[in-house]
Amino acid sequence: MSDSAAALPPGGSTEGAVDGSRRTWIAITCGAGAIGGVATAVPFISTFAPSERAKAAGAPVQVDFSALKPGEKMTVEWRGKPVWIIRRTPEQLASLKKTDSLVADPNSDRKAYPTPAYAKNEWRSIKPDVFVAVGICSHLGCSPTDKFTPGPQPSLPDDWQGGFLCPCHGSTFDMAGRVFKNKPAPDNLEVPPYMFLSDTSLVIGEDKKA
Amino acid sequence: MAEFKDAPPGASMLQKTTVWFENRFPTAFAEYKKHMSEYYAPKNFNSWYFFGSLALLVLVIQIVTGIFLVMHYKPDANLAFASVEYIMRDVPWGWLVRYMHSTGASAFFIVVYLHMFRGLLYGSYRKPRELVWIFGCAIFLCLMGEAFFGYLLPWGQMSYWGAQVIVNLFAAIPFVGPDLALLIRGDYVVSDATLNRFFSFHVIAVPLVLLGLVVAHLLALHDVGSNNPDGVEIKAKKDPRTGIPLDGIPFHPYYTVHDMIGVGVFLLAFSAIIFFAPELGGYFLEYNNFIPADPLKTPAHIAPVWYFTPYYSMLRATTDPMVNVFVVITALGTVGALLKGGLSGLARIGVVVAGLVVIALLKTFDAKFWGVVVMGGAVIILFFLPWLDCSPVKSIRYRPRWHKVMFAIFVVFFFVLGYLGIQPPSDIGTLIAQIGTVFYFGFFALMPWWSQIGEFKAVPDRVTFQPH
Repeated sequence: MSDSAAALPPGGSTEGAVDGSRRTWIAITCGAGAIGGVATAVPFISTFAPSERAKAAGAPVQVDFSALKPGEKMTVEWRGKPVWIIRRTPEQLASLKKTDSLVADPNSDRKAYPTPAYAKNEWRSIKPDVFVAVGICSHLGCSPTDKFTPGPQPSLPDDWQGGFLCPCHGSTFDMAGRVFKNKPAPDNLEVPPYMFLSDTSLVIGEDKKA
Repeated sequence: MAEFKDAPPGASMLQKTTVWFENRFPTAFAEYKKHMSEYYAPKNFNSWYFFGSLALLVLVIQIVTGIFLVMHYKPDANLAFASVEYIMRDVPWGWLVRYMHSTGASAFFIVVYLHMFRGLLYGSYRKPRELVWIFGCAIFLCLMGEAFFGYLLPWGQMSYWGAQVIVNLFAAIPFVGPDLALLIRGDYVVSDATLNRFFSFHVIAVPLVLLGLVVAHLLALHDVGSNNPDGVEIKAKKDPRTGIPLDGIPFHPYYTVHDMIGVGVFLLAFSAIIFFAPELGGYFLEYNNFIPADPLKTPAHIAPVWYFTPYYSMLRATTDPMVNVFVVITALGTVGALLKGGLSGLARIGVVVAGLVVIALLKTFDAKFWGVVVMGGAVIILFFLPWLDCSPVKSIRYRPRWHKVMFAIFVVFFFVLGYLGIQPPSDIGTLIAQIGTVFYFGFFALMPWWSQIGEFKAVPDRVTFQPH
């Protein structure tokens, strides 16, 4: 308020004669106007949030995987994301022991994408052979590609045991979707909530807890 | 308020009409004088000075072609890809309008990068033109947003996965990140909702801001006057009778005619690309974008369009070992500040505390987040250039030879970073990108120090100009 005198014309006769109560009312009016402005902005910003329809679209997906042979993968869409179902071979399950010391978070303890309690084991799955995961890299959201064949190959280490490679920034994951150390991705692949309906069918997006 | 004038007796119809308008809309006449016929620009502009007017030309091309594209395009995830192909195949001459728009996007960045480099060469951001530069940087930022939003619209594989990666960058911000990414997408994945809002941003919101900033950029420029290749203030030497700068020349007709040469050369190259190589080998239009978006499958290799790749390279270069390098640099900087002296006891404690806080933050958050900070910082640091450059002369012409070497290395690294950003990630590429990233930031952050060192040449009183 003190610099207001500078705004008056030099030598102005009103210098020093500021009406304090008017100033107070101007301040109150400005404050009220600002509150109104913010309140008006809220509904506009809120329109950016997911719509009711988008929220409702996250329904569980039922999958029949009876045609899946050992070593094969199928992809289904759940909440717009690719979800993988892989029937792992005994060799692929055995490879998880070898990668234990090479992955960043072997026991899936990080909290960003919490692994459901029923999948928080050495295979990251309910049944050891059937692996279910969201095929989205925890780095920037690309979908990793299958690199199931072990052995040396381009952009992979020479002691490769089989797993996944993200094409965008080179993160690698083992056959349980665990990210290897010193890669851009900070977290293991997300395991969605799921439960078995029978030996050859399961439902993604719903588990027994619910 | 100007007095009402009467046309002289026996005036022609044209004179009468002019007077009629002058009486009712004097602003138009005053502004024409201020910005065209009586705007005195230095007479020694060289070819670098074409790019400002060319940027304006490309802006007009983008707006006009954009208006016509919107008449046929459908912002709907199920229809978007097909509607672009419809424009290309079924709309009469639609392919030309679309190629003008897609080539225009790349041309915009070529012209703007050269325009910014001109500013760097001749110190055009120095006092009193700091605001001109800042408005320019804001235009650059808007342009990047405009290009990003527009790239989603064809709804091809690169559109989809490019947007997925960039929106997920925001998710890396601690605490608010995931919610912010959700708010940007309007859905849990990039979807129809995202496409619709990006369409709105691309055709309305950002262009309005962009136009406002262009006006501010030009008004601020015309208030302080243009710089020139010698970095001499032409307003310092005025004709005592007229008050017109001795080295100035009216923008119209001299530079309007002059710029037509630039426009001609530009349109020659621009049309050659549109007609003979509209995809420019996958650099202007990426081949993977001719495949419709598939949310279940990422293409084998995704890379942004060339104009984003220098910054994308810096993002990819920020790995865990790179964060450790940042920790070492912070520690060295802190120790250096202590050894250099000239600091009071309290300031010394402050420096040490600040250094430790930065190191603690670097180690607390993921490298993913710091990659985003590096990428954003690389653009934001440009805003501070007017205060980072402490060289006693403005123009590169009067700087020491080794400053030219610094500029040259900077340009080389910028191209190398751009090239690496197009390539798939590799160990050696990452290492080179890390060196490039450190140089990029070192170039700007240490500029207050290095820009003062060396043997500077004497700056002349008047601009160097050979009449021909």
